Amino acid sequence: MSRALRIAAVAALGLLAWQALVTLAGLPRFILPGPGRVFSTLWTSRALIAEHALVTATEVLAGLGLGAALGFASAILFAASPAARTLLRPMLVFSQAVPVFALAPILTLWLGYGLWSKVAMALLIIYFPVTSGFFDALMRTPPGWLELARVMGAAPGRTLWRIRVPAAMPGFASGLRLAAVYAPIGAIIGEWVGASRGLGYLMLLANGRARIDLMFAALVVLALLTLLLHAGVDAACRRLWDGRGPASAR
Amino acid sequence: MTAPALRVAGTARIGGTTVFGPVVLEAPGGRWTCLLGPSGVGKSSLLRVIAGLGAGVAFAGEVAAGDGAPLDGRVALMAQDDLLLPWLDAEANVTLGARLRGKAPPRARARHLLAQVGLADHAGRRPHALSGGQRQRVALARTLMEDRPVVLLDEPFSALDARSRAQMQDLSAGLLAGRTVLHVTHDAAEAARLGDRVLLMTAAGIAPVDPPEAAPPRPFDAPETLAFQGGLLRRLMEAR
Repeated sequence: MSRALRIAAVAALGLLAWQALVTLAGLPRFILPGPGRVFSTLWTSRALIAEHALVTATEVLAGLGLGAALGFASAILFAASPAARTLLRPMLVFSQAVPVFALAPILTLWLGYGLWSKVAMALLIIYFPVTSGFFDALMRTPPGWLELARVMGAAPGRTLWRIRVPAAMPGFASGLRLAAVYAPIGAIIGEWVGASRGLGYLMLLANGRARIDLMFAALVVLALLTLLLHAGVDAACRRLWDGRGPASAR
Repeated sequence: MTAPALRVAGTARIGGTTVFGPVVLEAPGGRWTCLLGPSGVGKSSLLRVIAGLGAGVAFAGEVAAGDGAPLDGRVALMAQDDLLLPWLDAEANVTLGARLRGKAPPRARARHLLAQVGLADHAGRRPHALSGGQRQRVALARTLMEDRPVVLLDEPFSALDARSRAQMQDLSAGLLAGRTVLHVTHDAAEAARLGDRVLLMTAAGIAPVDPPEAAPPRPFDAPETLAFQGGLLRRLMEAR
């Protein structure tokens, strides 16, 4: 209850500051519309915004799911195989040297204007944090557990699966929490570069037609989507994996 | 299961620094041997060499079982840290070895062992819901589950309060009877209670000290136990 109250207080303060800025600076509504105007547009254009929001949400969720699965698998591969580590990890780091933004036009060229170029963008942007967070955790298994497994006569594969992976899940979770915030960025960039649907597309369209209130309404929905996604991922991670691994090992 | 004697002779180094040795350690088969010594003398490193965990330590010498067969797969280890996996309940922790070897977990036997260590009602609890003493009992059940003739104990009771420690000592002495136990400790009272054989490890090497006649676990308040404990402590103090 107090948490809900705190969130409401923060939101109210933010809206108040927003309105104060508009009123005191005398900003015209084609530069920064007030919250009242944005929310009334949000209501009147709700069907339009919802349609585009659904597209963006699909892209984000697909990118998040695929990126998390790919990151999970890659980190395990790196942890299990020194050869893969030597050969592929430098490529992983190098891939981060190329700004994902710069790849957007290429992905649009290859994958088209539809859903998949945006899914690929979201995937690319979250792949690194998920993989490296999980990999680091896999390499930091408390040595006592590994020694116990060795004395017990465990095969390396089973030690990986039964001890190192479960112990590293908090690391995977922290990568996933970051990914929940990054994935929408990837999808929106993808939509800016070339799309006919989605909140990013709607914002560009509204901007072009000087519908700044609609642009802000789409932005508000996008921010809410991201917050919701982060809260959902956070809650799931907390429920599944908190209280494990090195942090809780005595 | 006949428990073999243990013999270790040699020197261990990390880089150019001597960790211990040259030492000769002999632990009779099927008996409880306490290896007592001050911190930093290399007791734990010696135990780890026997367990085959000497990574980073160069050991020159021999580690042998009295029956001539290799020690591989005949050793169980219990450490000061209970090493329970926090995401598994007590029963699953006890059967960890079987899972790690790809065998079906022997659940009935795990429950029996948990009952033996007094945790029959706690099989479904995770480590965070157990006290330190209870966690160490689960670790003892896990060690017994391995059913190895040689059991290496690395100060397993030293983090417990005095009462839990005495209880764990009695429990372990009963349940590990008949196995070759090598128990590393820095506690003279513990060595005086538990050792069939007591070895004092100092920088000068390993020397046996004859314990009282009474069979372990000896009463902690018996005059002979206390006198022996006092004597051990004096030798510890006088060691370099």
